[in-house]
Amino acid sequence: MAQKVLMKGNEAIAEAAIRAGCRHYFGYPITPQTEIAAYMAKKMPKIGGVFLQAESEIASINMVYGAAAAGVRVMTSSSSPGISLKSEGLSYIAGSDVPALVVNVQRGGPGLGGIQPSQSDYFQATKGGGHGDYRMIVLAPASVQEMASLTMKGFDLADKYLMTSMILADGTIGQMMEPISFEDAEVNTYEKPWALTGTNCQRKHNVVNSLYLKADELEAKNIERYERYAIVEENEPMWEEYMMEDAEYCVVAYGIASRVAKNAVVAARAEGIKVGLIRPITLWPFPKKALLAAADKVKSFVCVELSMGQMIEDVRLYTECKKPVSLCSRCGGMIPSPEEVLEAIRKAQKGEN
Amino acid sequence: MKTTQILIAGFGGQGILFAGKFLAYKGLMEDKQVSWLPSYGPEMRGGTANCNVILSDTPVGSPIITTPDVLIAMNLPSLQKYVDTVAPGGQIYVDSALIDVKVERTDVEVFYIPATQMAKDNEIPSLANMIIVGHLLQNQPELDFAGAKETVEHLVPPKKAGLIELNMKALNLGKDF
Amino acid sequence: MAVVFQKPKSLADVPLHYCPGCPHGIIHRLVAEAIDELGIEGKTIGVAPVGCAVMAYDYFTVDMIEAAHGRAPATATGIKRSRPENIVFTYQGDGDLASIGMAETVHAAARNENITIIFVNNAIYGMTGGQMAPTSLPGQVTQTSPYGRDVNHCGWPIKVSEMLATLEGPEYITRVAVNNVKNVLAAKKAIKKAFQNQIEGKGFSLVEVVSACPTNWGMTPQQALKWVETDMLPYYPTGVYKDRTAAKEAQE
Repeated sequence: MAQKVLMKGNEAIAEAAIRAGCRHYFGYPITPQTEIAAYMAKKMPKIGGVFLQAESEIASINMVYGAAAAGVRVMTSSSSPGISLKSEGLSYIAGSDVPALVVNVQRGGPGLGGIQPSQSDYFQATKGGGHGDYRMIVLAPASVQEMASLTMKGFDLADKYLMTSMILADGTIGQMMEPISFEDAEVNTYEKPWALTGTNCQRKHNVVNSLYLKADELEAKNIERYERYAIVEENEPMWEEYMMEDAEYCVVAYGIASRVAKNAVVAARAEGIKVGLIRPITLWPFPKKALLAAADKVKSFVCVELSMGQMIEDVRLYTECKKPVSLCSRCGGMIPSPEEVLEAIRKAQKGEN
Repeated sequence: MKTTQILIAGFGGQGILFAGKFLAYKGLMEDKQVSWLPSYGPEMRGGTANCNVILSDTPVGSPIITTPDVLIAMNLPSLQKYVDTVAPGGQIYVDSALIDVKVERTDVEVFYIPATQMAKDNEIPSLANMIIVGHLLQNQPELDFAGAKETVEHLVPPKKAGLIELNMKALNLGKDF
Repeated sequence: MAVVFQKPKSLADVPLHYCPGCPHGIIHRLVAEAIDELGIEGKTIGVAPVGCAVMAYDYFTVDMIEAAHGRAPATATGIKRSRPENIVFTYQGDGDLASIGMAETVHAAARNENITIIFVNNAIYGMTGGQMAPTSLPGQVTQTSPYGRDVNHCGWPIKVSEMLATLEGPEYITRVAVNNVKNVLAAKKAIKKAFQNQIEGKGFSLVEVVSACPTNWGMTPQQALKWVETDMLPYYPTGVYKDRTAAKEAQE
């Protein structure tokens, strides 16, 4: 096993991206993710890569679009308000079926919001912040190690399914340091016959495009894309189950909220409450099957998130409202304490949700 | 099976984050599970800074400390803000050169170290943080002074190798206080 | 029989959708001829805009991408930085380049991004049916300035070439026109130079082509070409606004 080092979550993303073969980064500064850009600015020139600070988030995502279309592994990173600006480009990238990796180290919103950690971009990430029928693969790391492993996975999934993979992190995981080891990761390479490389006068020209003026063509294109999405939904959901074997209550939480929730689950178990945790690792595709299976087993759910309640809608949807779901949340940069979550679990046990 | 939650707080520029980094690396080198979480943002520039370090024999759950086992307070606002959050039986390290009040709680162990003055007297004015850390290593049963030098060596970049000796000087001053 | 005139290889053999009398066809042809003559058709990648030329990706036989509105210089940057060995150009109108995409334009120029920009200025939004453009002339009647462009209300038209020439960054900024044969020949020369500059690694080259929009100007093609001469060109004079290499050579 490789030696463990302490690293910030944001730096782990940058290092993992480089190890995944990413040599092109385009970004714009915003707290709390700027360490990613700083790391890339330092490393890329030394390894023959490209770091470019764009004039705006809008420009940076369109640089990503160009580079992705040119067939290279490319990424950008930002935080919530910056992702809103990038949303136009995310829609174009989806509509053109090119692969990219986008990092959102979330902060509180709406508007300029704050700079403290948040999970209030769940809707934007999983339901589409940009226009049109499209999806992104949304990966939610809960540790510095996962910041790295999911970044590498994200590049692979993006290439495999010709989609954007979004790392949906938050300010806490981005800023914190934890031990991390970089295993010698196998990097898959994918043929990209659609890429803009120049025809070399040997083939018909490639066109990367999202414009279909004939309605039936656009419809067919969207249906074809959703057939691909269906495969992703079948094959790629990831989640962690913690103390679920005999659980009568189920906490659902992702990212930093799941870390707090785990402490609360342990404390509740010490009080004799049979509670477990399901932690979605992919937010899209959502681990529907795990949630539905749990719904047949437990008495109720507690959804813990750093928002006014966004993921809870999916929890209700995919448990088919079979059991009550209560919300334990803080927002605006506040993080619930394990005690608050414990109290929510106690309430669930008393049937007060 | 033990988890130690250390909260370090003070002004920006007092080396709060570095002290935390030292403790996290120290834990890592002792094969503990660790996490290090800084406060971030504009308040870091000259305002209050704090840092959450967790050292544990088991995987770290939440990296956010609400009930510290150990508080290092390097200014009065930090002491006032966090004194009541410390777990009963916990420890509080106070830079008594900058904080002239006493902790009223009787259920915690309190160490008063005039670290900023000691640092000045010993011509290492920026290393009051490490004097307190040295005292902590000596008095916190979950940590050990041995191996401190290796940790410092790990943290100080080669370009600034001169700082290794100065950090060790500070740690030893704290240990012997 | 010797062929004395033929379709450039880099132009696809398809009908263009442009209105009768629209100079886009001429400008497409000039771009394709430049690519052919420089022998770069196999390694050129084009970026189409949002605007009348949105379907330029169907008209050039080189690899093409359709950019978001105004973002072509950023998209081209992404391509060029990924494939520096390829030749990358954008083809943009005035709304795309000088209104919604002004930031991308200025910053690509400031970076001296080694790309070629063909900027077609016809002083109107064509595709959406004739609204006021950032380059519409004072007093010009459009769908969204029905009483004539009132500069006190909505500001002055932007002289893109003059503005970009104030920057340290760009290599070559020139304005040409396609309203008569002489100007078309000069335009061809400028476009070819803008590609040649990229081949030689000199950096950002932008050719502003003063064009016409008979349909939305409400004129016959002949009247439109006349209006270019009497109204457009006095406000947007042709000429080389910046040529770093030439300036350096003149100094030496």
